[in-house]
Amino acid sequence: MSPLTGQILNLFASVLLLIAFAMLAQRRIVTLINLFAIQGLALVGSTVTVAWATGQRHLYYSAGITLVLKVVILPFILHRLIRRLNVKWDIETLINIPTMMLVGIVLVVFAFNLALPISQFSQSIARGTLGIALACVLMSFLMMITRSKAVPQVIGFLAMENGLFFAATSATYGMPMVVELGIALDVLVGMIILGVFMFQIREQFDSLDIHHLEKLKED
Amino acid sequence: MGPLPELLAIDGIMIVVAAWFAIGLVGIAALHDFRLVGRVLFPLSAVLSIAISGLALYALPGAPQTAVLAIGLPDLPFHLRLDALSAFFLALLGLASAGISVFAGGYFRQGEGTPPGLLCLHYHLFLAAMAMVMLADDAYAFMVTWEVMALSSYFLVTTNHRIAEIRRAGFLYILVAHVGAIAILLCFGVLQANTGDYTFANMRAQSLSPFWASCAFLLALFGFGAKAGLLPLHVWLPEAHPAAPSPVSALMSGVMLKTAIYGLVRVNFDLLGSPLWWWGVVALVVGLATALFGVVFAAAQVDMKRLLAYSSIENIGLIVVGLGLAIVFAAYRMHSLAALALVASLYHCLNHALFKSLLFLGTGSVLHATQERNLGKLGGLMRYMPWVAWTSLVGVIASAGLPPSNGFVSEWLLLQGFLFTGELPNPYLRMLVPVFAAGVVLVAALAGYVMVKFFGVIFLGRPREEKLASAHDAGGLERLGLLWLTAGCVLLGLFPVAVIEVIDPITYALVGRGLAQSGRAGDWLLLAPVSAERASYSPLLFLVVIATVVLLAFVLVRRFYHGRVRRAAPWDCGFPMQTARMQDTAEGFGQPIRQIFEPFYLMKRELPSPFDAAPRYKVTVEDPLWGWVYLRIAAVTEALSRWVGMLQRGRISIYLLYSFLTLVTLLLFTQA
Amino acid sequence: MNLEGFLAQLLAVAAALAGAPLLSGWVNQCRAWLQNRRAPPITMPFRTLHKLFWKESVIAHDASPIFRITPYIVFGCMLLACLIIPTLSTNLPLAPAADAIALVGLFGGARLFISLAAMDIGTSFGTLGARREMLVGFLAEPAFLMVVFTASLISSSTSLATTVSTLGHREFAILPSLAFAGLAFTMVSLAENARVPVDNPATHLELTMIHEALILEYSGRHLALIEWAASLKLFAYSCAGFAIFFPWGIAEASDSVAFLWALPALAAKLAVGGFALALIETILAKMRIFRVPEFLATAFLLGVLAILVHLLLGA
Repeated sequence: MSPLTGQILNLFASVLLLIAFAMLAQRRIVTLINLFAIQGLALVGSTVTVAWATGQRHLYYSAGITLVLKVVILPFILHRLIRRLNVKWDIETLINIPTMMLVGIVLVVFAFNLALPISQFSQSIARGTLGIALACVLMSFLMMITRSKAVPQVIGFLAMENGLFFAATSATYGMPMVVELGIALDVLVGMIILGVFMFQIREQFDSLDIHHLEKLKED
Repeated sequence: MGPLPELLAIDGIMIVVAAWFAIGLVGIAALHDFRLVGRVLFPLSAVLSIAISGLALYALPGAPQTAVLAIGLPDLPFHLRLDALSAFFLALLGLASAGISVFAGGYFRQGEGTPPGLLCLHYHLFLAAMAMVMLADDAYAFMVTWEVMALSSYFLVTTNHRIAEIRRAGFLYILVAHVGAIAILLCFGVLQANTGDYTFANMRAQSLSPFWASCAFLLALFGFGAKAGLLPLHVWLPEAHPAAPSPVSALMSGVMLKTAIYGLVRVNFDLLGSPLWWWGVVALVVGLATALFGVVFAAAQVDMKRLLAYSSIENIGLIVVGLGLAIVFAAYRMHSLAALALVASLYHCLNHALFKSLLFLGTGSVLHATQERNLGKLGGLMRYMPWVAWTSLVGVIASAGLPPSNGFVSEWLLLQGFLFTGELPNPYLRMLVPVFAAGVVLVAALAGYVMVKFFGVIFLGRPREEKLASAHDAGGLERLGLLWLTAGCVLLGLFPVAVIEVIDPITYALVGRGLAQSGRAGDWLLLAPVSAERASYSPLLFLVVIATVVLLAFVLVRRFYHGRVRRAAPWDCGFPMQTARMQDTAEGFGQPIRQIFEPFYLMKRELPSPFDAAPRYKVTVEDPLWGWVYLRIAAVTEALSRWVGMLQRGRISIYLLYSFLTLVTLLLFTQA
Repeated sequence: MNLEGFLAQLLAVAAALAGAPLLSGWVNQCRAWLQNRRAPPITMPFRTLHKLFWKESVIAHDASPIFRITPYIVFGCMLLACLIIPTLSTNLPLAPAADAIALVGLFGGARLFISLAAMDIGTSFGTLGARREMLVGFLAEPAFLMVVFTASLISSSTSLATTVSTLGHREFAILPSLAFAGLAFTMVSLAENARVPVDNPATHLELTMIHEALILEYSGRHLALIEWAASLKLFAYSCAGFAIFFPWGIAEASDSVAFLWALPALAAKLAVGGFALALIETILAKMRIFRVPEFLATAFLLGVLAILVHLLLGA
């Protein structure tokens, strides 16, 4: 468990944090998907590092699944979805970007302090990274709340799952393989359902703006 | 005959205060005599100011001195005390008011609504009251002198009372001052903890439960914050400062706001004893919000005095940020760091007193010479008013916080204090405080923007109106006042170590440590508050090196090349009809800030349509807190008053009914 | 102050005065190579300065003394900055005169004076340039300070000499906070030195200028001093970046052998840095002026993030 491994994991954690902030500030949906792909890559990198450092083979398989699913397949599906639905921009967010950045910073501090007692008991090499993983989850949630089109909300949901995965890898050396496969299947099915849902919204309202969903209330 | 009683510094100060009062009375006697008031009385008062600061500086390192004045009610005399903190603020009062009084002597020329003698009385009552506030050692003396200070400044603000806007500004000022005074009174009530003894000595000896101590702290923050101009009680500042004549604005902005800071420090560090950490966080948040608000609004102003007023709000915010940091450190028993933050705050108080007064006095001269307050009608005044321009340049550099001026020293000390927050035991604070440091740094950078706008639009460029060509420079007395304040700014900037050695006894008394005390402030050349390896700054070397390089470059270029200059018209890109109005206006210069910080403002725009024959564009920037907070409170108050007003019916039988009911109730009450 | 320190200081002055125009010339050469053009010789900036010094200085009728003094003051500030930053050695007698925060303040002071000089002429170009320069400055200064804070949190000091010693001596470690700070610093340097993507140093269209609009009225020896000061500023920023992020090669106080290697090391670092700058300028396009605040806000945020990462991860 060399200090170099710890530093590499810290580096990946910082990259994940940076990507979470970048997703909060990003307006173009194409860039959002690319950021999501890079996030997947960072995740793969950190899993491989932990696998190599602790010698657990099943983490290699985890990394492989993540690579195939989150770096190749999901971004590909999302890109095609965007082209079919013809949405490239998401100009407005509900709260303006500097305020979101500020809230993001506060969330990071909050998440880190929340995770502090837990990470003190952990024996894994990447104790500080649990806080960052929690912060990524919270910030992806924030992104889901403050976006006004459906596709960024989906990406936020996926990013949340990325954060959870990172938390699992860093704190407990990964999850049991079965749970791993189950979650991956869940995400894939969720994506398909959401894709169908988005088509339906588009057909009904001719736009993916979620404000139109408000027309569905009883008045 | 026994030995003569020793004349202590506190007695000297009381004599000066009495002399100020006497000067005020002489002013009443010579009600309409400009020359006596201007040439004799005001300069005399300036000499007294220097005397008071000398006495205060002499008494600062020594032990606290007390005195009892027999004025007041029979059983409640005035207790007075001169300790290090009072002495520092008295010295601040003396140094700033010396320059301002000399300037005022030359400034008040024609009739401004109030006769000069009356003005002289109000002015000196104001000075005397502020000095007594610093000396007061019990709540009764404090509140009486506080009230006299508020009332005399109200009369000073409404000097030109014939103008309705000025009357309105004065009313707002006195209203907020009294709301604050109620809070301060309540705070003293909490501090005396049911013992009935209102002296500060007693309050110091009490130890309150955390709940009551927090109440006292919040009441003090509210009450003194109303006088200092903290959010959201700042609304009176941008109205009152422009309404008052310029020397009065300088005195209010430079000194009166500092009496509120004095009160905060006194209550917090002296009377309350051991602070709680969350008080510091509250002070940090309020201070930073105030600073950011002040500077963002200053960037959008078109009236030069309102710009300076908002800039004062920003500086007060920074001072309170420093105080908050000191409270946080003191709460965690990190006393030497608390001393660092406290020194930064107090130094900034002194700096602000000098450079803000200098800037306000400069605007006074400009106002006298051009009768214009609007930045859009000024410009190019450096050619006609060089004295005012060059002294204002020193003030501008100090206000922007650039080395080697004095404004930079206090900012530097504050930032050094923030860098130490990594050692705090509380993890939330340890991580959130760097975000506050980022805010402070942003405020400092914006302050530079505001000052470039101020100086560039008024003094540089070409005159935007023809009548500006007849502007005249400041008179003799005015120049003297400006020079005094400039010299103060320069000296405070070049010799920070000496100033810190003066401030040290204060921090030693309040938090138990000092910077120079442990021999770590460095020698006279170098300012190194913790250690030279950690951080050091030498303004004298700075200035010497830059001056040497400038001189060498000047000489060498002329030696090796030449120094010829040819005058020509400026580059106009082939467009021959350049007028002076094509320069940036004040709105134009502030436009980027308005665009970036749009959520802060309440902007009303009048845009022309494409079909307008005479298109007009107008934008007004207003304070959103006025609508959210004040108008709502006013509406509630009016509703309540209307409801109570229902008691007044106008019929005699109803009033007789009221008397009857009161009588019956009292009889029932006594029977029970 | 010993003889070694005095020599080091003199050598730093000479290196700065000679090296700064060379650096500008080198960046222009690299840019020309990347754009498939023939470049002017690397000593071209010296010849330009010589030519400008000989020319007559033309000043507008309305210009005040501030306009005439500013080039000297700006030159003095930039030279002082180069003297404080440990370019060749940390044993500089002038180094205690200012730490990193004072350095930022020094650049701010130069910016204030040149903005005032631009407003002095009284035409719309000058005030436009002044407004834009202050806009860039007011966002770039906090970002720079955040970078300084990160470095000072890691090395427990804001003095640049101490930072160099601490960071140069620690064992090689990947510090994400320094990586973020480095990114922020690069963005700030691009903005402050008027480089693409913030400002085009070779443009002559008034509506797109920031830095050029400020010095539009200057000519002759005043322009020469300002151009020299601008190249000194680039030199100073590069050396500050090397001091914080790549401190290897800077001689320590009592290390005479390392001192001999310091100059070649600096030259090598500047060569690589200059090429990287030319590469960035060629690849990126100039942004709209209204996008510049976002660019700088990103740099500011990266700086804050760097501090947070350092406090959270201890790295």
